[in-house]
Amino acid sequence: MTELPSLTPALAEIWLAVAGMALLMFGVFSKANATRNTSYLTVLALAVAAALVLFTGTDGKEITFNGMFIDDPFGRFMKALILLAAALAVVMSLPYILKEDMDRFEYPVLFLFATLGMLLMVSADDLISLYIGLELQSLSLYVVAAFRRDTLKSSEAGLKYFVLGALSSGLLLYGCSLIYGFAGTTSFAVLADLFGEPGTEISLGLIVGIVFVCAGMAFKVSAVPFHMWTPDVYEGAPTSVTAFFSVAPKIAAMTLFVRLLMEPFGDLVDQWQQIIVLVAALSMVLGAFAALNQRNVKRLMAYSSIGHMGYALVGLAAGSEAGVRGVIVYLAIYLAMNVGTFAAILCMRVNDRAVERIDDLAGLWKTKPLMALTVAALMFSLAGIPPLAGFFGKLFVFQAAIEAQLHLLAVIGVLASVVGAFYYLRIVKLMYFDEPVESFDPVGRDMALVMGASGLFTVLFILMPAPLIDAAGRAAQSLIGG
Amino acid sequence: MGNFPLLSTLTFLPLVGAAFIFLFARGPEQAVASNARWMALFTTGAVFVLSLFLWFGFERGTADFQFVERVAWFPQYNITYHMGVDGISMLFVMLAAVLMPLCILASWDSIKTRVKEYMIAFLILETLMIGMFCALDYVLFYIFFEGVLIPMFLIIGVWGGSQRKVYAAFKFFLYTLLGSVLMLLAMLAMYLQAGTTDIPTLMATEFARGLQIWLWLALFASFAVKVPMWPVHTWLPDAHVEAPTAGSVILAGVLLKMGGYGFLRFSIPMLPEATAYFTPMVYVLSIVAIIYTSLVALAQQDMKKLIAYSSIAHMGFVTVGMFTLTTQGVQGSIFQMISHGIVSGALFLIVGVIYDRMYTRRIDRYGGLVRVMPKYAVVFMLFTMASVGLPGTSGFVGEFLVMVGAFLANTWVGALTATGVILGATYMLYLYRRVVFGPLEKADLKALPDLNRREILTFAPLIALVLWMGIYPSSFIDVMDASVEALITDYTVALERVSAVQLAGH
Repeated sequence: MTELPSLTPALAEIWLAVAGMALLMFGVFSKANATRNTSYLTVLALAVAAALVLFTGTDGKEITFNGMFIDDPFGRFMKALILLAAALAVVMSLPYILKEDMDRFEYPVLFLFATLGMLLMVSADDLISLYIGLELQSLSLYVVAAFRRDTLKSSEAGLKYFVLGALSSGLLLYGCSLIYGFAGTTSFAVLADLFGEPGTEISLGLIVGIVFVCAGMAFKVSAVPFHMWTPDVYEGAPTSVTAFFSVAPKIAAMTLFVRLLMEPFGDLVDQWQQIIVLVAALSMVLGAFAALNQRNVKRLMAYSSIGHMGYALVGLAAGSEAGVRGVIVYLAIYLAMNVGTFAAILCMRVNDRAVERIDDLAGLWKTKPLMALTVAALMFSLAGIPPLAGFFGKLFVFQAAIEAQLHLLAVIGVLASVVGAFYYLRIVKLMYFDEPVESFDPVGRDMALVMGASGLFTVLFILMPAPLIDAAGRAAQSLIGG
Repeated sequence: MGNFPLLSTLTFLPLVGAAFIFLFARGPEQAVASNARWMALFTTGAVFVLSLFLWFGFERGTADFQFVERVAWFPQYNITYHMGVDGISMLFVMLAAVLMPLCILASWDSIKTRVKEYMIAFLILETLMIGMFCALDYVLFYIFFEGVLIPMFLIIGVWGGSQRKVYAAFKFFLYTLLGSVLMLLAMLAMYLQAGTTDIPTLMATEFARGLQIWLWLALFASFAVKVPMWPVHTWLPDAHVEAPTAGSVILAGVLLKMGGYGFLRFSIPMLPEATAYFTPMVYVLSIVAIIYTSLVALAQQDMKKLIAYSSIAHMGFVTVGMFTLTTQGVQGSIFQMISHGIVSGALFLIVGVIYDRMYTRRIDRYGGLVRVMPKYAVVFMLFTMASVGLPGTSGFVGEFLVMVGAFLANTWVGALTATGVILGATYMLYLYRRVVFGPLEKADLKALPDLNRREILTFAPLIALVLWMGIYPSSFIDVMDASVEALITDYTVALERVSAVQLAGH
């Protein structure tokens, strides 16, 4: 192995790693406005990375670093989503951290490193690189969760996240070692070849290994029964961090989950399908019922995201190309809806103090009509009511589920969506039917832009669905087709 | 007219109007409200005028879909933007186009708060309603069908009557959503079989009997809630009582027809075997609805609730007629739906008139109105008679045809359905007597002004329509004739083919 591995497939990751380290230096040595400038540069670095992802790749698959790293259209599409989510999270965080006394330049840099971890996860083609990417992401996230170390809640959230995250990493690692022990390899490609051969005996140990890996991944996407950390961490972490948590890491973990189950274990659908079906069904049901009585908007969104991951998992449970395409479309739409919702939550400030009870939204139509309209559109979309974007996300995953004969799962899913509609409607009710108590502080320009863009996306998606679905279709095809 | 996309224009013109109001209605509240009202009236009026092109341009005597438009939409999934009308859906489009301007007029003075938002909600509602009746793609249909929930939820919740409005809005939303999501799955299952969601293609697709039963039940869950059929009707009285007058008009006038239309467009032509299998159940539920809700209506103290229950009974006639699958029965049920759309809409407007003056709908708060409001009494009388089914009004034609169809199909069904006519006469006349006749004793009633010009203008077209439909029903029957015939022929052919196959198997 004297030859240098090809670096081109990993250009974006290399760029981000270098940029992250450079930004750390920049932050240390810059005198005034360190946080603000680092944030802007972070967004720039993410944008450059996105450009590298989108414009340097080929249409096919490229594997490098001795089969550790894969670059394919599926990964590129998901990386673009992750980079977008991360950049938006940095933009949305900036006013918040400046106001909430979290003004430290490490904050955006940590986001950047977490994003780097996510990109590595997406491109993992080996159990080892999977674990490294996952840990890079998780470690950065543990720190940002506890970023307001002087408040009890934030440190508690960070600690909880760390302990439970470490546990799940342990499960994952244990699963990986079982798989290695019984299959004799950690490479996805070799595993896929191994299971692809007809007549291969699947040993029990291997199945146990897959179950452990699934458990670890379910923790990362916060699917039931590994969801317990989500509400506490969402509530305790600073809101700007929660906004980040709810989107980019979810997309990355879901992507990894999809790749893991469809690529090395793609021929073992019969073995893992029942696990995913169960996890998906439980997540949808719990996400719907547990949110009913939440009064804190961040906790509510935590349960909402548990439910949404359940719906995305329905597509994965189908175990087909249509299912993967459904998952991709679902995640893209989920990104748009959640970013907008969290932008709105970040704007919930009264007298320069952040508020997070849903009752604080009462009468928003009167005090902030445009914001109320946007949030209402997002809520209806999250509930999956047509003609908004959220409906199409659900439509395609359910279509895949019906195609895969998972009728019961689909019925549970739609019934849970009716229950879930209740709490989204309750927010609309508060905003439109009730009288205002206190007015929110003025919304900053950046926030208004983010909210507006996400609102417009959910409303107008119906007009131009083809590009997104085309891209998702190509991505899914590249994962399944070869 | 050539390639002019008439149906899309009809569908999306209200949305354009709504966008105009949203973007340009600025300034002091009074001016905004007035501009919004005029803009909404203008838009709905324009839609009505355009719909006349549909009425006159529609070629009678053919069952084909007309004014067809087709644009690729989700090419990857073979889902298209496909619009078109036949003799059945065209009448519903007309119904929605006629009722909307009247609803705007009816809300002119009674809606005082958030007028701009109200008008926007109504215009969006019109887009969704018309789009739903024109849609020839199942996904497109579903989007319009369920999208209706959003503006209606807001209309009931924001401009609704009392403390219970929130409860009513939620109940309406969740009840209907529960039904529709099951239909969504049925739609996906049909898509899996046929590889398309194109409605004409789906009509020609044969589904296996076992699958049909499940699909039919899933569709039934959705449409039965919308109609509403007993025992899933309980959302309707709540929603009606709480909704503002115009909301009730649209709810009773058009939204309830979505269920009936769904049966005609989906359940019957696409799932004929299951339809035949479940027909007795539909009969039973409909007859229970007719008799039970009529009795409930008799006991109501609230005028809107009484009319709401009467709506359920009348919709019972509709479902009976439809499932007899005789020419008379199906035509009668469509006719009854159009007629009920106008009559019950008018009755809610009638309640609205005195509610705007007295702010109560309790029947015992009224009495002797004929002495102060003679014009009102005449209008009320006319629509009471139409609701009862007096010959010469639209209600008679519909009920009569439905009963002929019912007797042709099954004497018992016919006989039990007919009791509904008697009960209907009882509660409507009883209502009329208590409100309009009797001594004028209550002091506050003595000063009530009669109908004003705007109100007369609102009622005049409805009166004309009710009489037109009653005296010369042919202009409406002609429109639907060919489509109904085709529906019944396809249904019988499908059943015969199945029984031939079964015979051959023995």
